[in-house]
Amino acid sequence: MNALVMLGQERPLVDWTWIADNLPLIWDATLEHITLTVVSVGLGMAVSLLLTIAALRWRWMYGGILAVGGILYSIPSLAALAFLVPLFGIGATAAVITLATYTVLILVRNIMTGLDGVSEDTIEAARGQGYTERQVLLGVQIPLALPVMMAGLRVATVTVIGLVTVTALIGQGGLGQLILTGVRLLPPLPVMIVVGTVLSVVLAIVFDLALLGLGKLLTPWTRSQKSA
Amino acid sequence: MGDVLQQAVEFMGDPGRWSFTEPGGIPYRIVEHLWLTLAAMLVATILTLPPAVWLAHHHRAEALASSIVNIGRAIPSFGLIILFWLIASRNGISSNWALIAALVALAIPPIFTNAYTGVAEVDPALVESARGQGLTDRQLLFDVELPLGTEVILTGIRVAMVQVIATVGIGAIVFNGGGLGRFIIDGFAKGPAGYGEVVVGAVLLAVLVLVAEGLFSAAMRRFVPRGLQGRHVPDEIEAAVA
Repeated sequence: MNALVMLGQERPLVDWTWIADNLPLIWDATLEHITLTVVSVGLGMAVSLLLTIAALRWRWMYGGILAVGGILYSIPSLAALAFLVPLFGIGATAAVITLATYTVLILVRNIMTGLDGVSEDTIEAARGQGYTERQVLLGVQIPLALPVMMAGLRVATVTVIGLVTVTALIGQGGLGQLILTGVRLLPPLPVMIVVGTVLSVVLAIVFDLALLGLGKLLTPWTRSQKSA
Repeated sequence: MGDVLQQAVEFMGDPGRWSFTEPGGIPYRIVEHLWLTLAAMLVATILTLPPAVWLAHHHRAEALASSIVNIGRAIPSFGLIILFWLIASRNGISSNWALIAALVALAIPPIFTNAYTGVAEVDPALVESARGQGLTDRQLLFDVELPLGTEVILTGIRVAMVQVIATVGIGAIVFNGGGLGRFIIDGFAKGPAGYGEVVVGAVLLAVLVLVAEGLFSAAMRRFVPRGLQGRHVPDEIEAAVA
C-alpha cells in the first residue's frame, strides 16, 4: 500500500457535500454523455438504415453485413479508439465513430428481423387494396416491424451509454470523465468515481424505459392485441 | 499516418519487446492477458452455471434471468473496474485479484442468462415425453436438458469471454497489469509520440479477441455433436460489449 492509497482511504465513497458543491460539473458531464449517446446512436441508425435498404435490394449483402458487423462488434472499444485516434486525433469524431460501430450489428439485425416478420399475406392484402410498393413498405411493413426495431434501438442505446465512459480516455466520456478525473486526482476522489458510475447506470435505465414508452406510443395496436 | 507506422515499427524493434519475462515484452503482456481472462472465466463459470442450471430446471426466477443481462449491459465496465480497484485498494488489496473480481462480475450476466435459457427453453414436448418414458428428474436434467442446452450455454461463455478479454485492457488504467491494454494506455499517456505504441496494442488486442472467439466457435462446432447444434439463440442475449 502506497501513500496515495492511504490518503484515498480518508475520503468517503459517497460525499454529499462534494456532490452538492459540484452539481454544475455533474450536470455538464451528464449532458455530454447524453449528447455523445444521441449523436452516436443517430449515426449508427443512419448507417444501419442505408445498409438495410441495400440488403433489401441485394439480399446476398445481408450475410456480409452481419459478418462484418459481428467482427466490429467483437473488437474491444479500447482497441477501436486506439485505431481511430491516430487518424482523427483526440476528440469527439473518434469517439462517435467508435460508439456508432457497436450499434450497427444490433440495429441492422433487428430492422431485418422485424421486416421479415411481416407475413406475406398481410403484404399481399395491402397490394390487393392498391398500395404501391413504397406504400407497402412505409405504411405496412415498417409499422409492423416497429416493435422489433425498437427493441434493437433499446439494446443499442443502453450499450452505447455504458461504452461512452471509455471515451474519457480520449478527452470525451461524459460521466466517464468524472470517473477518470476521480481516479487521476492526487489523492483519488472516490465520490467522483461513484457518481460517474451510478449516473451512467441511471441514464441507461431512463433511456431504456423512455424508448420502451415511445415504442408503445408508436404502436398502439400491440396493446389492444395483448388484451384481446 | 506514416509517422505512426514508423513509430509502430520502432516500438516493435525495441530489444526487450519480444521478451516473455520483461514487463515491456509483447509476449509477456499476451500471457498476462490470457491468464487474467482464464482465471476470471473459470471463476465466473464455476460460480454461475450450477445455480443457473438448477433454477432453469425448476423454472424458477425467470424474471431474474431476463433482467440480469440487461443490468449487466447497463453497468459501464469502465466504472466497474475502477470502482473495484478503489474498494480493493482501500482494503489493502491492490493486486490483480481485484481486477479478476471485477471481470468475474462482468462475465456472470451473459453466462447466467444463456445457461438459463438453454436449459429452460428445451421443447416442452421433449421434456414431457422424457418424463413419460420414466426418466427421473436427474436423468431429465443430465440426459435431456443439459445436452440440448449445451450450444446455448457455450455461446454464453463465448460472449462472456469476448467481453472479459476486452475489459482486461481497460484494467490497465488503474492496475499495473492489464495485459495488452498496457500498451494502449501507456501510449495514450505519451500523446502523439505514443500513437505507434497505441496502434500496436490495438492490433494485438483486436487479433487476440478475434482469434480467441474463432477458436472457441471452431471448438464448439467440432465437439458439440451435430444433432445438438443449430438451436435458436435469442438475439438479445448475444449482445454484450466492452
